[in-house]
Amino acid sequence: MIARIRQGLGVYDSAQRRAVVAKRLAQPLCPLVPERAKRSAEERRHQLRTSLEGQSATFIEVARASDIPAAVARMLRSANLPLRVRTGDDPFLRGLPWQTEPALERTTGSAHDDDEVGLSHATAAVAETGTLVMTSGAENPVTLNYLPETHIVVVEDKTMVGGYEGAWDKIRARFGSRAMPRTVSFISGPSRSADIGGQLVMGAHGPRRLCVIFVRG
Amino acid sequence: MSAITSPDFKNNARAALADRQLQRALSEVPRGLAARRGAARAGLPEFEALRDLGRDIKNHTLAHLDLYLEEFERKASEAGSTVHFAATAEEAREIIVRICREAGARVVTKGKSMISEEVGLNARLEAEGLQVVETDLGEYLVQIRGETPSHIIAPAIHLTQEQVEADFRHLHRHLPADRVLIEPAQLVAEARQILRDKFLTADVGITGANFLIAETGSSVIVTNEGNGDLTQSLPKVHIVLASIEKLVPTLEDVSTLIRLLARSATGQDISTYTTFSTGPKRADDPDGPQACHVVILDNGRSELLGTEFQDVLRCIRCGACMNHCPVYTAIGGHAYGWVYPGPIGSVLTPALIGVHSAGHLPNASTFCGRCEEVCPMRIPLPGLMRHWREAEFSGGDTPLLYRLGLKAWAAVAKRPRLYHGLVRIVMPVLGALGRRAGSFRHLPLARGWTRHRDLAAPQGRTFQAQWADRKAGVPR
Repeated sequence: MIARIRQGLGVYDSAQRRAVVAKRLAQPLCPLVPERAKRSAEERRHQLRTSLEGQSATFIEVARASDIPAAVARMLRSANLPLRVRTGDDPFLRGLPWQTEPALERTTGSAHDDDEVGLSHATAAVAETGTLVMTSGAENPVTLNYLPETHIVVVEDKTMVGGYEGAWDKIRARFGSRAMPRTVSFISGPSRSADIGGQLVMGAHGPRRLCVIFVRG
Repeated sequence: MSAITSPDFKNNARAALADRQLQRALSEVPRGLAARRGAARAGLPEFEALRDLGRDIKNHTLAHLDLYLEEFERKASEAGSTVHFAATAEEAREIIVRICREAGARVVTKGKSMISEEVGLNARLEAEGLQVVETDLGEYLVQIRGETPSHIIAPAIHLTQEQVEADFRHLHRHLPADRVLIEPAQLVAEARQILRDKFLTADVGITGANFLIAETGSSVIVTNEGNGDLTQSLPKVHIVLASIEKLVPTLEDVSTLIRLLARSATGQDISTYTTFSTGPKRADDPDGPQACHVVILDNGRSELLGTEFQDVLRCIRCGACMNHCPVYTAIGGHAYGWVYPGPIGSVLTPALIGVHSAGHLPNASTFCGRCEEVCPMRIPLPGLMRHWREAEFSGGDTPLLYRLGLKAWAAVAKRPRLYHGLVRIVMPVLGALGRRAGSFRHLPLARGWTRHRDLAAPQGRTFQAQWADRKAGVPR
């Protein structure tokens, strides 16, 4: 196949062509990043919130990480959901003062079909389009993103970036250059479909409800 | 391969125009998508500049495709994937059958993949005794009806809600007969319940890929439903089926294309789920597939490299060209007679199945140019259709009468004095004959035109004659 491609292109395997490709891979180009992906930190939070809400997600802001357990419990009660969440082995989530919500039950591991609520911690959040960046692993198993009907995602202010390029910087910093976890998921709202009669319906196969808890401090 | 009815395009189109269900389904959805694209484009001032950049990224990749493919294979293998190259549709089918057999698979779930339609994968897997379940809701609808997708991103765009309800009642007999299925939400919930079972029992999950990334060996899928994610995360084996032109160099390059894709396709700023997968699950992953295979298909594409049709390999399958096409929105996708409908199909289909079978498609265009105007990859679709028309003519596929007509026309048009002389005679005659009605309902040699509309009668004098008078100072 490679030989056929070279023949079609009328090229040879030359050192010069290899150098062009090697350079592009070593130093990715981003000659044009849109203005909406380059806003100030203060504007970004507003941008993230309005984009996610526009995409039918709910957005809750809390002042400190220690407020998260109460926010989770409040959200579940207001949605008439059981006080039970499935979560990974994420150190940040594990370290929260869950004892303040004794009625809230947490179990750890990948999602099963009967888990109603998944709780994850985002690796980054992209303000440009209101996009949560999730990376798979024992800390945040990938199935939590897709199987439960309700997905709660905790976003820390310091992980917010303007555009997708900023998310790649964070991923490279964590996993190394030219390396990825099994799954990087960009999530920009609850699951949806417009395949029946062109009408938009939430909860096609993934979560019907996406709730973002944003920690300012 | 899917059954080809492209040679029958004219009859297909006539039937589509007379199909009232289809016309009702087509009356809103494609236009709605087109309107939403316009709004999304207006929300991103850099959109046109990003289109230039997207075109350049793909041109660069195609010019170095051999090296980027090698690099992708190296990085994907490093991450634990097995990369297979398939020169033909048959090779791709056999590779996938072998993987399923070795996995001892019985149930296969699928995310939406046009390449899978192109190679006719489902029929082959079913012949192997496998249960194959399409999980994209639209794709599921066409699968249970025994149809094929009529649009590359909205496969069931030709169906009305009432047709879906009837199908569900017919097929899902184990559910109560008196259940309420009035709202689309009720139909979606029923499909969710049925397909959830399949996700959980599948042994192999097959997805397509919107992009393959050379930098990291990753494949990317874009969905709104999350079906592709359940397909590739739950079974023990994940197979990615993608064609060679899906390659892009880096994550930054993909970011630019993502900014263009959903805006052009559905008018969203980004699709709900954009997922990058790289290799099988890692040692400490509690979930994800144990094995990952990437099947990279050529199927005639490498023959387009270095030809005038190379540009078509820039396509990112957004569907904007069909949403904006007056022909597609009048007849829908099935009339085109193979996997890829609309303007992109009119260029791609002759390349993949031969201009002899698909010669009608590049002729099914008004050359209005809207497809090229909206294509995020700036593919010169009308120009490429013209190339196919020329190829069809020089290949002898054009019918004799048509060829003679074209030759006669060329002979006259190339001789201005003869042309003007003839027009000066014909015009007043037609003018006199048609003056009373103002138009003709029937005309010899112009039945193709007058069957569907009247031809306005000339007013008597030619433009050239009026122009000459005006230059000579004759008052009007």
